[in-house]
Amino acid sequence: MNVLTQNFSLYGKGLWGTVQLTLLAGALALAVGVLIAGFRVSPVKALRVFGTAWVTVLRNTPLTLLFFAVLLGLPRFGVVLPFMVFAVLALGAYTSAFVCEAVRAGINTVPLGQGEAARSLGMSFTQTLSLVVLPQAARSVIPPIGSTLIALAKNSAIAGSFSVDELLGTYKPLNELGYSIVWTFVWIAVGYLIVTLSLAGVFALLERKLGVAR
Amino acid sequence: MTASSALYDIPGPRALARHRLYAWITSAVLALLVAFVVYKLVDTGQFSAVKWRPFTYEGIQRLLLKGLANTLRAFGWAALASLVFGVVFAAGRLSDHRVLRWASTLVVEFFRAMPLLVMIFFIFIALKLDPLLALIIGLTLYNGSVLAEVFRAGVNAVPRGQREAAYALGMRKTQVMTYVLVPQAARAMLPAIISQLVVALKDTSLGYLITYQEFLYSGKLIATNLDYDLPFIPVVMVIAPVYIGMCMLLSWSANRIARHERRSPRTKGTEVTTQLPDEI
Repeated sequence: MNVLTQNFSLYGKGLWGTVQLTLLAGALALAVGVLIAGFRVSPVKALRVFGTAWVTVLRNTPLTLLFFAVLLGLPRFGVVLPFMVFAVLALGAYTSAFVCEAVRAGINTVPLGQGEAARSLGMSFTQTLSLVVLPQAARSVIPPIGSTLIALAKNSAIAGSFSVDELLGTYKPLNELGYSIVWTFVWIAVGYLIVTLSLAGVFALLERKLGVAR
Repeated sequence: MTASSALYDIPGPRALARHRLYAWITSAVLALLVAFVVYKLVDTGQFSAVKWRPFTYEGIQRLLLKGLANTLRAFGWAALASLVFGVVFAAGRLSDHRVLRWASTLVVEFFRAMPLLVMIFFIFIALKLDPLLALIIGLTLYNGSVLAEVFRAGVNAVPRGQREAAYALGMRKTQVMTYVLVPQAARAMLPAIISQLVVALKDTSLGYLITYQEFLYSGKLIATNLDYDLPFIPVVMVIAPVYIGMCMLLSWSANRIARHERRSPRTKGTEVTTQLPDEI
């Protein structure tokens, strides 16, 4: 117990890092994922091909390899940014592929008649998608997006091994200070549970507010 | 494309011309991007002989192959152990005995909720196990728990009449499970199982973080060598296609089996899917 009380600020800093990573990378993943999903259903073939390639490559890349390439590779390339930004980019890009697939599956659940009605009103593709189909898709997309973002929060643990301040990384200084390892990890686990359970709570609330029984 | 084509009309001549323009713009932007990346690569000397020379050395090639073999070894053991773990805990969750059911649910839900890396670090640092063992146990606990959910969903997805008919024939609980439900569920769930194995294969690269000498670790050993002028980018260019290729091969086989099973009369009525509870 005293591991937590004596090192509250260290744990707090780690937890804040994890929350920051999750929120920033989550926002990036949502924005990019929805955009790529739009590409994948667009009438322009070049955009569809690009979207498919983006999703296929990122879904099949191990996240550790992506971190390795972005955090250690890009600086060799002359791109120097804080590690935190690199970590957000890597996590966001990786998760965007899963968000895209969830959104695309959601678009397919919207009844055909909705798109047809929008078109018969003279709406263009972008209008049909953004004003008619996506708002309705959002409802069925909430649960899968929620589990994707929870997975993102768990994946952010990898960033700790690449010198970004986050929760799992706190085990190192605590270990050196000679605290009990088991208790150190118990509190780290509790920290992750706080983040994932609050995310799950937020999405359960969203689903109750927006979701409809079809 | 049947569903999404409801999003736009079949293009007429003017729309076609506009789409062609968009296609050109997209291609041009992408080409510019690729050109910029290649320029950057050349500009920062990533194609210099000194950075690529190590890959011609036999020792380095052997190091990479050994890393790849270690990755596959960890994957093989973890896959096997996860399947066993999944079967045991799925059976536990489907059990008629309340205590067994609750205990299995607790275990499965806990290991699904914990970040995999936290478990691996815990096993490696607190229990002081060998890196390979820590990696295999961590992967087994996580992927086994997800697989247990997949198996359970699969058995529950078999149409109810099958179970009822089997009981009506006088079969016992175990017989209903092994002769009727599991054979049908296994066929329908095979694609989802393979998709989860892709996740396990990707996650073997976490071994890099606990100094298990797998493929990425071999790459790091080469990349941090000053004699070769720190060839990080060449290493990524060599390693990434191998990883992505292996995972794509597995994903592709999952999709192929899913297509095949959907047409098969043996899985009639049971939904065939590659979707998982949380596939990341």
